[in-house]
Amino acid sequence: MLRYLVRRLIYAIPILLGVSIATFALFYLTVPPEQMARQNISAKNPTPQQIQDWLVARGYDKPMPEQFSKHMRGMFLFDFGKSDSTSEPIVDRLRSGVGPSMVVGSMVLLGSVAVSVVVALVVAAFRGTYLDHWVTFLCVLLMSVTFLVYIIGGQFLFAKLLRWFPLAGYQEGASGLRFVLLPAIIGIAASLGANVRFYRTVMLDEMNRDYVRTALAKGVSSSRVLFVHVLKNAAIPILTSFVLSLPFVVTGSLLLESFFGIPGIGTYMVDAINGQDFSVIRALVFLGTILYIVGAILTDLSYALVDPRVRLE
Amino acid sequence: MIGNLVATLLLVALGFAVRNALRTPLWAEAFRRMRRRPLVIGAGVILALFTTIAIADSYSWADGKNQPTKTVLDRVFERPQERTYSPPMAKLTTEASPKPLLATHILGTDGVGNDVFYRTLKGVRTAFLIGGLTTLTVLPIALLLGMLAGYLGRGVDDLIQYVYTVLDSIPGILLLIAMMMILGQGVPQLCIALGVTSWVGLCRLVRGETLKQRDREYVLAARALGLGAPRILMRHILPNLMPIVIISATLGFSRLVLAEAILSYLGVGVPEDVGSWGNMIEAARLELAREPVIWWNLVSASTALFLLVLALNIVGDALRDGIDPRLRSA
Repeated sequence: MLRYLVRRLIYAIPILLGVSIATFALFYLTVPPEQMARQNISAKNPTPQQIQDWLVARGYDKPMPEQFSKHMRGMFLFDFGKSDSTSEPIVDRLRSGVGPSMVVGSMVLLGSVAVSVVVALVVAAFRGTYLDHWVTFLCVLLMSVTFLVYIIGGQFLFAKLLRWFPLAGYQEGASGLRFVLLPAIIGIAASLGANVRFYRTVMLDEMNRDYVRTALAKGVSSSRVLFVHVLKNAAIPILTSFVLSLPFVVTGSLLLESFFGIPGIGTYMVDAINGQDFSVIRALVFLGTILYIVGAILTDLSYALVDPRVRLE
Repeated sequence: MIGNLVATLLLVALGFAVRNALRTPLWAEAFRRMRRRPLVIGAGVILALFTTIAIADSYSWADGKNQPTKTVLDRVFERPQERTYSPPMAKLTTEASPKPLLATHILGTDGVGNDVFYRTLKGVRTAFLIGGLTTLTVLPIALLLGMLAGYLGRGVDDLIQYVYTVLDSIPGILLLIAMMMILGQGVPQLCIALGVTSWVGLCRLVRGETLKQRDREYVLAARALGLGAPRILMRHILPNLMPIVIISATLGFSRLVLAEAILSYLGVGVPEDVGSWGNMIEAARLELAREPVIWWNLVSASTALFLLVLALNIVGDALRDGIDPRLRSA
């Protein structure tokens, strides 16, 4: 197990190197820094002096190799530097944003997996019936609605018309629950269609196995077969999709957070887009990548935990 | 002029592709299966309708010198601009002293007085452009690299796998936003960004399928006859990959259309002067806070988006079921 982990971590190094070279090429070579300065400086027609000052202040005037080494060093030491537009350290904003993002993100992830696995199990048990057909059709309907409509519609209906939840805002602690409840419900609803469909396929694959027939033949009740035998065996695909979504719990949801005024990383990202803040986007891309790679390794490790047949060598 | 030519070329190419597909037993059988299901026919009708609108919006000409170039769609559906909002089918403006409207607006007008129905129709072409152009550029790249990696193996496989693992490690939405900020807003830019983020999945699929096909007898037979790798790949393996590639491209098309709306909404999609559903939703969002609520532009843009994506999803699923009933996953 440990040897496997070490090897996976070593494999991750060339990937990380590739990502940082790709982001460097993307951010430094495709657009000349002068253009970034022009987009970032609020004045309409910045003077050459203003642009020069902007570049010097952020170190974009240095020769390319030096910038490259600074870029690489910063990325590996998690020293993301300062924001291009507000000059505050990026790490500070990330640190304050992780909490709110994780509160909403984990509620959405846990809720959505729980609801969709249960629905998928029930639907799979009734496979081939009208219930099955209608639920799968409903899933396609739900999948075809854009996330924007879920958010705008949900916020309008439940917060503005019915006034069940506050429109937007965020508070630490238990009293803040009412603020995150609606975004969480909307996030769950939006992911339901795709998830139920996916898990239903997974369950159906399992239900055609021999062990299900054996269990039923020896008199195990069908609900027990479903919720104990099948669910356990379907754990690997469920786990994969679960662990692979973990990075997004940390980086938060751009749309949910910005609509509901949750001061998480997603909102930070939207602010950075609006402020043409390249250094923040750069840092977030790298952070997201690291989390994704860690997530992939965790997925493999968790296989070994749920399935004794999987040996990690 | 060039636009008209390109549109014609694309149409002819599409016609040929469909005609050839119908001649092969596999696709003919798939279409026969699909025709039996009313839901799929309905989805097909919606797709045909949207395609017609997109085509009508692609052919343009000017009436004379110094006249603006207008598309067929503009000529049929453009309405004079009003001064304010007006609800669907309204007769009077919503000003303090109501005046008669210049024309009937089936779905009302938006804040600047533009006809909402016309604006919604304008979004069709943008959606097709984004989905179609991206798919057309991604397909050859993903097919080529995927087949090379799967067939040649070894170093080539390692290299191609490395490239797409690196790209795939960057969360898609982040990479999309970063690329759009750097490239700037625009339809071609958006196609490039969506292409870079969406070829990986297809390439991986093609590679896996090629690996499966490589050891089949027919490939062995072709090799025994002394055919080279290019010919085996193009004439023997590629036709066997097409069904799965087309299914995944159809479903991918709907994802691209959805992505366009979200990116335009975030302000990194297509420019504001290009009619797109994302831009309409963005403009309409704040209007829900008004009294009385202005809902018609939000509802029409999102309904059009919903219909297109739904039709694509249904047709994509039906194709999959029709081509290989064993792959049935509802």
